[in-house]
Amino acid sequence: MLSRTASNLFWMGRHLERAETAARLLDVGQRITLLPNTEAGYQNEWNSLLQASGTAQIFAQKYGEITQEKIEEFIFFDRQNPSSVACCLEKAREAGRIVRTALTSQVWDALNMAYQDLRKIERQPRATLDTGLLTDFTTGHTSTVRGAINATQLRNDGWHFMNLGYGLERADATARLLDVKYFVLLPRIEFVGSGLDTYQWQVILRALSAHRSYHWAYGGDITAEKVADFLILNGESPRSLITSLYESVWHLDGLVRRYGDTTPATARDKGREVLTALQGRDIEMIFDEGLHEFLSWFIREVSEISNLVHQDYLLGGA
Amino acid sequence: MGEVMSSYNEMYEGDRVRDPYARLRDWVETMPDDFRQMKQAEAEALFRRIGITFAVYGEGGDPDRLIPFDMMPRVFEQAEWRRLERGIKQRARALNAFLRDVYGRGEIIRAGRIPARLVYQNEAYEKAVVGVVPPRGVYSHIIGIDLVRTGKDEFYVLEDNCRTPSGVSYMLENREIMMRMFPQLFRGNRIEPVDQYPELLRRTLESVAPAKCSDRPTCVILTPGHFNSAYYEHSFLANLMGVELVEGQDLFVDGEFVYMRTTTGPRRVDVIYRRIDDPFLDPLCFRPDSMLGIPGLMDVYRSGGVSICSAPGAGVADDKAVYTFVPEMVRFYLGEEPILKNVQTWTLWRDDDYRYVMEHLPELVVKEVHGSGGYGMLVGPKSTKAEIAAFRAKIEANPSNYIAQPTLALSTCPTFVEEGIAPRHVDLRPYCLCGDRIELVPGGLTRVALREGSLVVNSSQGGGVKDTWVLSE
Repeated sequence: MLSRTASNLFWMGRHLERAETAARLLDVGQRITLLPNTEAGYQNEWNSLLQASGTAQIFAQKYGEITQEKIEEFIFFDRQNPSSVACCLEKAREAGRIVRTALTSQVWDALNMAYQDLRKIERQPRATLDTGLLTDFTTGHTSTVRGAINATQLRNDGWHFMNLGYGLERADATARLLDVKYFVLLPRIEFVGSGLDTYQWQVILRALSAHRSYHWAYGGDITAEKVADFLILNGESPRSLITSLYESVWHLDGLVRRYGDTTPATARDKGREVLTALQGRDIEMIFDEGLHEFLSWFIREVSEISNLVHQDYLLGGA
Repeated sequence: MGEVMSSYNEMYEGDRVRDPYARLRDWVETMPDDFRQMKQAEAEALFRRIGITFAVYGEGGDPDRLIPFDMMPRVFEQAEWRRLERGIKQRARALNAFLRDVYGRGEIIRAGRIPARLVYQNEAYEKAVVGVVPPRGVYSHIIGIDLVRTGKDEFYVLEDNCRTPSGVSYMLENREIMMRMFPQLFRGNRIEPVDQYPELLRRTLESVAPAKCSDRPTCVILTPGHFNSAYYEHSFLANLMGVELVEGQDLFVDGEFVYMRTTTGPRRVDVIYRRIDDPFLDPLCFRPDSMLGIPGLMDVYRSGGVSICSAPGAGVADDKAVYTFVPEMVRFYLGEEPILKNVQTWTLWRDDDYRYVMEHLPELVVKEVHGSGGYGMLVGPKSTKAEIAAFRAKIEANPSNYIAQPTLALSTCPTFVEEGIAPRHVDLRPYCLCGDRIELVPGGLTRVALREGSLVVNSSQGGGVKDTWVLSE
């Protein structure tokens, strides 16, 4: 497979997942603002979320003060925000268009449809759109694309690259969302275990569509340890760090098997190493280590795996 | 407006329906209006969904614009087609013989049958490939020949396209959509298939692999990228042929071969079907500022490490000035009389021609030598006095930029219009493949001028496309 094709498939997956993350972020923020209130009011929470997605500065420069409308505009529609839903969907569709020969017509249809519907929604008056609608729009379309990929694509290297993009992006996104919650969102240490704390955890679970599955898996009260365990170490939880990484490594293994030992496998080796390190921890160890420190380590490692994927496969060995 | 010309109607002879259209008449006449509208909407939705929205022949314009598709097919009888086929193949052989000659000894020039200036000072003549003979001596592997019909057995060639003719994806998709929407039509008529084209193209390309290639050749399609208006066609063909669609950045030269960058490292490439123009192929040989090409490609080509289709320099055979000499090529190289006619052409840099054209502007079609897309042209009989006067001024300013031809009475084909069905003017572009054999799929791209009376079939000027049928016996 052409390195450029593989690269486009990889980034198509990443951008689709990133679009979904942006929509979920919008949802979290919107729900948190419904709660009255931490000390600086809702602007504080929004600001934290923007920091989590690394876009607080772009927002401040362009929009100044935070309002609900401006936030929606920025996180969903703004093409100058590289992490906005519109921007990610457009990039994913662009990547898909470039490698159309590597996609089934169902996948292309789903991808193209998402983009055409996006253009329709962009033409609608903003007042007719609420946050829920925008979130549902995004998760609906990204699920359709993902479903088409897994129902119709050949299980070949291209499929591995797409799913690798999804997996690494998801690992990164869940880690960042968790980090926001623990490190940024909760303003002072005495809030830990408070009603606000619990409510925020709920919101995060809800944003990850994991509210119900959490209850199936753990039952009882929502506590920081249990939620963290669910989102970090639970192998059943579809967005947990361990699941995202495990699946990424599975796809890397698939590539290594397919390509044989003449092609370097440093990304796979690194992936395995991080996975082993993750499997060797329990949630107490992580809290002892410091959740923020742990998540920072994890985010760095995921980014390193992504770099190695580029070195191993996407440069074409020239 | 000029006089009404009497054109050959491909469906009717007076009130009588010509044989190839007999069955179609029933189909059209029994079709309810609302059914037709429903089907038309369905066809448009299909085209939009598959994303086939590019402009043909580099006409530019909005890349997301659909070219109107007319559901009424254009039909050829087997006997008509055979004659056309012989003519097209003959012309393709002559054009390749000409290219072999002018990059070799130049016999046709020594024999005084074509002026040296027209060839050697032509912009499309590549000095860089003089003396390089590509595999099997084939320079142009896909030749699109634009034809118009003026009578039962009268066809004229408007122009030859020896570089990278586009539009073949329309031929294939038009058929696909017709078969999907009207399967009963295909059961009732015996229509020759066209969907073997991608397979034939792949075989043609493989047959011109360089001598240095010992395994099964690796072919690729080289595209300028997804911003190009014909990108859909490039990816469509790559997909059907099962070959990689590459950009310049995917290829590199190492030693005496060309490689593509793949996930398992470099892989050798033997045949490049390029959809980019000569000047962009290799920045070391042609335009140094080009980002599209592959540095060093021409060295590999000249030493026989890779085949390029069409070969660099093939464009010298399809120039509008060289065009007038193609019948001469047929006689000179093949010793045959040309089966297809050329349109009489006046070249305005010659004094006699200039005088004649200026006196007869209202009767003639005048075109820019390097123009395309139906722009910068005057259709005398269809123009007002003011338009003609304005064009006259343009010609006077730069006569050598123009050629003129008689206004041909293009044949008409029944076409769906607002009020039902009516005759509209059409042209035809078949795609001839040249490798170890010369192949032509029975069909081509029919373009139709949807405006009543219009002779301009370009999609940017209100043209549409039709499925083109050849009936088997």
